[in-house]
Amino acid sequence: MIVKRANLTLWERLFLPTLLGGLQVTGKHFIRTVFGGKAVTMQYPEQKWVVPEGYRGAPYLVRDQAGDTKCVSCQLCEFVCPPKAIKIIPPGDSSLKADRANAEKTPKEFEINMLRCIFCGFCQEVCPEEAIFLQRDYSLTGETRDEMIYNKEKLLALGGTHAGVQKWKQKLEEAKGQETFPVKD
Amino acid sequence: MSSPAITTEAKPAAPAPPPPVDKIKIKVDGREIEVPKAMPNWEGKLEPTTMLQACALAGIDVPHYCYHPKLPVAGNCRMCLVEFGTPMMGPDRKPVVNEDGSPKIAKQVLPYEPGTPRGAIGCATPISPGMEIYPSSPATKQMREAVLESLLINHPLDCSICDQAGECKLQEYSVEHGQAQSHFVEMKVHKPKAVDLGPRIVLDDERCILCTRCIRFTKDIVGDDALGIVNRGSYNTIAAWKEGAFDNNYTLNTVDLCPVGALTSKDFRFQMRVWFMKETKSLCTSCGTGCNTIVGSREEKIYRYEPRQNDAVNSTWMCDSGRLNYKWIGREDRLKDVLVRGQKSTWAAALKEISEKLTKAVAGSVGIVGSARQTNEELYLLAKLAKKLGAVTDSVPRVGQADKLLVSADKNPNTNGARFTGIAAAEMGSNLKKIADGIRSGAIKTLVVCGEDVTKHGIGADLLAKLETLIVSDILPNDTTAAAHVLLPGCAHVEKRGSLTNVKGRVQKFIKAVEPKGDARPEWEFLHELVHNVTGQNGFSTIEGLFNQMTAEVPAFAGLKWAELGDTGKSVSI
Repeated sequence: MIVKRANLTLWERLFLPTLLGGLQVTGKHFIRTVFGGKAVTMQYPEQKWVVPEGYRGAPYLVRDQAGDTKCVSCQLCEFVCPPKAIKIIPPGDSSLKADRANAEKTPKEFEINMLRCIFCGFCQEVCPEEAIFLQRDYSLTGETRDEMIYNKEKLLALGGTHAGVQKWKQKLEEAKGQETFPVKD
Repeated sequence: MSSPAITTEAKPAAPAPPPPVDKIKIKVDGREIEVPKAMPNWEGKLEPTTMLQACALAGIDVPHYCYHPKLPVAGNCRMCLVEFGTPMMGPDRKPVVNEDGSPKIAKQVLPYEPGTPRGAIGCATPISPGMEIYPSSPATKQMREAVLESLLINHPLDCSICDQAGECKLQEYSVEHGQAQSHFVEMKVHKPKAVDLGPRIVLDDERCILCTRCIRFTKDIVGDDALGIVNRGSYNTIAAWKEGAFDNNYTLNTVDLCPVGALTSKDFRFQMRVWFMKETKSLCTSCGTGCNTIVGSREEKIYRYEPRQNDAVNSTWMCDSGRLNYKWIGREDRLKDVLVRGQKSTWAAALKEISEKLTKAVAGSVGIVGSARQTNEELYLLAKLAKKLGAVTDSVPRVGQADKLLVSADKNPNTNGARFTGIAAAEMGSNLKKIADGIRSGAIKTLVVCGEDVTKHGIGADLLAKLETLIVSDILPNDTTAAAHVLLPGCAHVEKRGSLTNVKGRVQKFIKAVEPKGDARPEWEFLHELVHNVTGQNGFSTIEGLFNQMTAEVPAFAGLKWAELGDTGKSVSI
């Protein structure tokens, strides 16, 4: 479709009315800032904007209310991640035990390359364990590329705690309640 | 003890039409088809065709857990329930017909509740003439949903930590035929987890749906009655006769057979999720049987071998020892560099030097030790080289213990290839002594060794030291590679393409799964260059062309074409 551009009228071709209109806005903000003390800008990065609830910032791993790692290295986030920012090394047959009894599996290593991450939130959406959440950090910086690859330890430290349903604990307690079968912790 | 691997071997290639048998007409979902009256059962014997087989012939997949075409029918999972009907018979034993003349069908219903359809399990119900099967009807759908819900009553739903997730029939059928919600409000029965069933198998009893595939396989195929079901009702559990005693050489097949995540492999446990696997059609090279395999790899690392169906070779099984024989491929001490007298060199320089040496060599002054672990194409190229140089050639025999099912006594994967191409002596290994004597007397000045440690086979380090030139190609370091003047790093079979001839003369091809390590190159590539440089004849620089050239020149392979090998290979007479 071709939109024909209308010719400017004489009034518009003068430009001055528009210029004055712009100056009026500038003046209004000038007065608001200088005399009203209501600045619309911020001294970034010393001052930082507090993001609203539900903001999709950097994804971090969380611990449950008992302080245990929630991730069981199912690798669904690694699979779903569009820019392939996540790399998980599963525990293999190593003696690495999950923090939580009964969960059997925990990641040996969990890396998110924050340079690759596009903050889409697929990892949070796909996680069956509620172990990864996009949190409020939106400005991640580092001096090297390696520094921007966050490992499991760092992700857990940044992620904090997310209290939720402790399904593995529930299962274990349920099993312990049934005396017929001893459950190995 | 009958073994399907052997019974099926007698049969011709997989899709060959069975001898003319009686056909009967039935209807599947209202579509009339003609199906054979009898079809081969798990042992290959003819038995009345079942509804499940008939539906498969009609192109409709009936979901099932306990049924497996290579195992005796048990009929216990109930997943293959289908609604069906048979032609109605009048009191005069004549078919009752509708007004339009078509036979009237009496749908099976519950005797005490004639409004309710009554299904039958497809895997064990034989078809009869005029029968109508409704695998897609609402009643069938409802039955499936109910069965699936029942199977999931005590299932822990721990897919996030289950190795089977991604190739689990419970997951697949839940999506296709399941309901999202369970009516079950009681507490689930908890059963033992991570039970040590044997040296290679872990059992999670909670995930088990008691299909008994593992029990039937172990008892009827392997002949080791090690597994059974203990306890009653909801407490039914699979168990080995003694904890940890499930240890025959075929246990890992039960992991493939298990439709859920109850039986898992210790070797593969928590290593990698299956949906990341790149699956490549390959062969097992641990013995002369040449079982067809699928190599599971991710990011150039091999995680597992699985058997691939080939009824002419391995049915759908493979042995544990062959299956776990992959770890050496990723070993740290793999030969990665081209070495000329111990110094790192390049392929171009090394091949130039070898070509010049071999071109100048006096006839009869060269010995070639090939390996029956090499591919047909590589042995063919070596044979061409040997012919030009008038070289004495041989390869090393390996004999071990055979078993009743799959393991062959010949531990070389390509003994027949070595024989056909003429690299092996009439009695394999008998020329090795001749080569040793030749070196001792000084007649043999140059020795080419491919993939063998000759110091363990009569040509000791002292003899190797007498050689003017020792050219060695191998994958892992050994005493022969240590003595080599020119060392060429080679590839494991999963790192290249080629074909092998098994003990029964089956010529099968395999495909590259991972990249070679370091500077290593497939042997056929550099042998092809060498043959070109030394004999002056140009060959083919693709594996397809090379194979076709070989089959044209080697009489035993006459008539074979790479493209016609297919996934399951072709048999030649031995």
